[in-house]
Amino acid sequence: MASKTIRAGADIGGTFTDVVLEVGGATYSTKVLTTYSAPEDAIIDGLQQVCAKAGIAMSEIGQLIHGTTLATNALIERRGAKTAFITTEGFRDVIEMRTESRFEQYDLNLVLPLPLIPRDRRFTLKERVDAGGNILIALNEAEIEALVEKLREFDSIAVGFLHSYLNPAHERLVRERLEAALPGVSISLSADVSPQMREYERFNTTCANAYVKPMMEAYLGRLRDRLAAAGAPCPIFLMHSGGGIMSLENAAQFPVRLVESGPAGGAIYAADVARRHGLSRVLSFDMGGTTAKICLIRDGAPKTARVFEVARSYRFKKGSGMPISIPVIDMVEIGAGGGSLAHIDSLGQIRVGPESAGSEPGPACYMRGGEKPAVTDADLILGRLDPTNFAGGSIALDPALSAGALETLVAERDDFDVTTAAFGVSEVVDENMANAARVHAVENGEDLADYTMIAFGGAAPLHAGRLCEKLGINRLIVPPGAGVGSAIGFLRAPYSFEATRSVYMRLDRYDEAAAREIFAALRDEARGFVLNCDAGATVLADHKLYMRYVGQGWEIPVALTADEAAHPTAETLKALFEAEYASLFGRTVAGLTIEITVWAVNATTPQAEVTPTAAAARHAPAQEDGRRRLFSPSQNAEVEAPVVARAALSDGLRVTGPAIVTEAETTIIVPAGYAATGRADGCIDVEKLS
Amino acid sequence: MSVAKQIMWNRLISIVEEQAQALVRTAFSTSVREAGDLSAGVYDAEGKMLAQAVTGTPGHVNAMADAVPHFMREIGVETMREGDVYITNDPWMGTGHLHDITVVTPAFHKGQRVGFFACTAHVVDIGGRGFGADGNSLYEEGFQIPIMRFADRGEVDMTLVRLLRTNTREPDQLIGDIYALAACNEIGQRRLSEMLSEYETPDLAEISDFILTASRRATLERIAALPRATAKASMQIDGYAKPIDLACEVTVEAGRITCDWTGTSGMDPKGINVPIVYTKAYACYALKCAIAPDIPNNSASLEPFEITAPGGTIVNATRPAPVALRHVIGHLIPDTVFGALDQILPATVPAEGAGALCNFQVSLRPTRPGGRRSEVLTFNSGGAGARPGLDGLNATAFPSGVMTMPVEATEHAGPVIIWRKELRPDSGGAGQHRGGLGQFMEVGAREGHEFDFSAMFDRVDHPARGRHGAADGAPTEVRLSTGEKMRGKGKFKVEEGTRVLLAFPGGGGYGNPQRRDRKAVLSDLRLGYISPQRAEADYGLTPSEIAEALR
Repeated sequence: MASKTIRAGADIGGTFTDVVLEVGGATYSTKVLTTYSAPEDAIIDGLQQVCAKAGIAMSEIGQLIHGTTLATNALIERRGAKTAFITTEGFRDVIEMRTESRFEQYDLNLVLPLPLIPRDRRFTLKERVDAGGNILIALNEAEIEALVEKLREFDSIAVGFLHSYLNPAHERLVRERLEAALPGVSISLSADVSPQMREYERFNTTCANAYVKPMMEAYLGRLRDRLAAAGAPCPIFLMHSGGGIMSLENAAQFPVRLVESGPAGGAIYAADVARRHGLSRVLSFDMGGTTAKICLIRDGAPKTARVFEVARSYRFKKGSGMPISIPVIDMVEIGAGGGSLAHIDSLGQIRVGPESAGSEPGPACYMRGGEKPAVTDADLILGRLDPTNFAGGSIALDPALSAGALETLVAERDDFDVTTAAFGVSEVVDENMANAARVHAVENGEDLADYTMIAFGGAAPLHAGRLCEKLGINRLIVPPGAGVGSAIGFLRAPYSFEATRSVYMRLDRYDEAAAREIFAALRDEARGFVLNCDAGATVLADHKLYMRYVGQGWEIPVALTADEAAHPTAETLKALFEAEYASLFGRTVAGLTIEITVWAVNATTPQAEVTPTAAAARHAPAQEDGRRRLFSPSQNAEVEAPVVARAALSDGLRVTGPAIVTEAETTIIVPAGYAATGRADGCIDVEKLS
Repeated sequence: MSVAKQIMWNRLISIVEEQAQALVRTAFSTSVREAGDLSAGVYDAEGKMLAQAVTGTPGHVNAMADAVPHFMREIGVETMREGDVYITNDPWMGTGHLHDITVVTPAFHKGQRVGFFACTAHVVDIGGRGFGADGNSLYEEGFQIPIMRFADRGEVDMTLVRLLRTNTREPDQLIGDIYALAACNEIGQRRLSEMLSEYETPDLAEISDFILTASRRATLERIAALPRATAKASMQIDGYAKPIDLACEVTVEAGRITCDWTGTSGMDPKGINVPIVYTKAYACYALKCAIAPDIPNNSASLEPFEITAPGGTIVNATRPAPVALRHVIGHLIPDTVFGALDQILPATVPAEGAGALCNFQVSLRPTRPGGRRSEVLTFNSGGAGARPGLDGLNATAFPSGVMTMPVEATEHAGPVIIWRKELRPDSGGAGQHRGGLGQFMEVGAREGHEFDFSAMFDRVDHPARGRHGAADGAPTEVRLSTGEKMRGKGKFKVEEGTRVLLAFPGGGGYGNPQRRDRKAVLSDLRLGYISPQRAEADYGLTPSEIAEALR
């Protein structure tokens, strides 16, 4: 009998599919290889494994929360549906012309990414809406009929007209006619997928949605059927990029919202740990084999944004991917992981990444033929990894091969030895990540000094300590289960949906009644999505306005309380905006009018209750498991550091850095001047000694 | 130790990037916030540029490298105090025209002046005639701000603010942008101070020496690897009323590359003259792209490139020449330099391209009560030149580094309507590698408005030339919807209901079109980059091949 308290999480990643099962307070997890041809197979396999571990039947699973990189990968690898795009006459090439700029100024041989939908699959209709939402040229239905013949060969159709975020009538009309003429075709409207100003982003997002929709729809249908056939007819929900959960039906309609749902689960996982420990400012740091992801978490909720870039084609460079404007957890992702490769550039400087050794051949020390030095090689030479006990002893590492690979750097620099080279590689990758974190913090007007870092992912605990030193962060928490963090995060996510609308309103011509109406309409829309997941749920609504001075182009988010949203007077909004602006940029600009550009309501079920982790009952030294040589960056020297098994760091036991905490999944490096203490919830709490 | 120095160098680059991002976030003009027509950099105590944001456009960046020493001289370093902010829009000491505001802030750490932050942004209006080609002298082109204090120990000069507000058409945008410039330097200075504390370093002297030495050495190594040679090139362009010849001679020597502009036309009576700072900026940019693209820009990496031009030529205009559209000529400088470089470095540089951004400004006025006046500036791009191994980029800015503004954002900025903005088929020069396509635009006003259209285009009579047997790109065309043909530069009135029809130029091709890969020709045809007529005429496709491809 299915029980609402038995929940499963499944995260399909590029290499592994992680499955987690929670029964009562106990968590069971497994990793199985992703099965690309039928991704649902790995989920069924994983679920059977965790059910067996938990001693329950598949039929007892109450619900499955699912996140996946399938949509992201389809966009990166261009394996989507045969898709057509219909747009306003005169604007056929918006998604191809992009911003008309080069993301790398000095490269004469720059290649721009190809548009998702090629030019011969882009069609136009005579119609026009102006920037006030008024119809200048009415859409002629005969023209739509004439287009139908050309559209028969397509599986999916995206529609995007100028200013449709203000007036979607023409897009709706096209959908109506195409549905009648081409039954069964998949249609995505820009006014539904991403009702935001700025045509390039909106059209591209709509095209991306259309591109992955048939595939995701089919996959989600198969998953439901396979699960039922395997004896688990439980409801399935999808993690979306904004960090909430949506129904399977909504996910099939708006699959672009599944992009980066895995990393979003990681951020939710970190947010849950943050709330358990009562932390209001947290930097989550997830470092795997090829990339690192950094996210800010305030008051237990990850920061969100309205636009991000997928499929960067040029060394992760900003601008080289395609923009997707949907509500997302705001993360920076950079090409920095354990497999990132180092080289010496033309200025004699060490550079690391974004090229990665991947799992084949892997870092040199994997003994699979890798010759270039990777970050993992540097970590090994610096004593951070135990060559005989990597990944629980399943992969043997050869330090001599690491040293050999690092010699290639030494050969180009007469002032280096192997240790200096290893330290240099590690410092450069850490600095790359620190810089990304700093820029991200500034873009969000945050100062990292009073943040706590939460680190997970295989490589993060090795580098987190040094990153904290660089960022001036005094506290680091490494939670348990870091290897399947995203899937655990899915189980902590609320049902949520953010409805947004671009409606310009100046505070000097403010219409409070209209404002209340917009909020009410958005609230209804967003609540509808959430109730669709759980009809009996308690639904909370967060109101947000994006505001700026008239004439600025970039808005800042301003949050309203329920009371403020119920009575949104111009005076209240002005005060809220000015307070937020001053905290971000130092001072307000006197004498200018303020305007609202985007209205957003996020409907969500209450966050999962957390049990606060009690303060450690005692402080006593942990049992050492020997010592080994470790390079200590802040001391700029090799030291003999104590090694402690993570299992030995039970509640209140501690070890003072420089020290090494080992476990099967990863290794935590405790820097000099910091101490690591075990906590009741299994976290390792690393704090700077005052 | 050197690892720490390398980290500090990277940190400085990341600090100026933060500085630039803060400017974009807080700016008012669409030119800054949507299009990124800005730059940001950090300088040592002696005014040497150490790093610049990659966000930004070469004309600003390289010109700004020279700006800080002017500020040090004019303000007097001994009078500089914490909280000071300096400003100018002097074309000869800043970045070439009055519409660029340069703001310099001395950076202090523990009470000591350790360096400077500077930034530049293009504002939408600075008074005078408005942005356009028609000025007869600098005095007509707008309000001049000499190098002076914008803020004295934190106190903003309200007299200057009032003067600026009174003399300009979009005062809120202008003042808002100046505050944004000051704010972004402030953020840079905060981060710099944090870095110096973290590394327990008193100032930038040591790191400056490290950065400049490494950059100089790397640049000189690149130059040493080149053949010692001299080559000349020239290119004729439209100009305002009569054509202009750009001529340069590039010489590769042991420790430097010189680029001299003797032979270039004299100054023009209208506002298309170029102060030498801007010429240097773009000539350096072209040389760096071809020779040392991966070496970060700073005063040492720019130093071995020596750019000279006789005073009184259009590329070394003297005060008070009108200079508002210096970018139109300046953006064509790299194509001229590439003409010479192609003779020294085979198969390295592209064919000529659209070059100049295809910008225009519309000044809208209501024709009856209820409308609004508005200044709307847009940046657009033609096609870039084909490369030795690649087609030219379609509708992409080169050499400028700015972006276009979204049409939806432009239409919110004023009662303008962009009726068309899409690729222009058949405009890329035929070649083994095809030139990039230009674009079509169509511009009108909302009902109840008329407007002045300020054209800032070149390549009307002088299209981008193909290289090594390839065809030229298509020229610029400017017409009214009434059929009347208009000039490429200058302001004209557009009556209510009339539209301006624009066809922006394509890039030149590279190599003999007959050697173009068949598959590429067929793909161009299918995508509509070329018409069946051109496929047959330029590439020799047969009618049946064409029919097959389009089936």
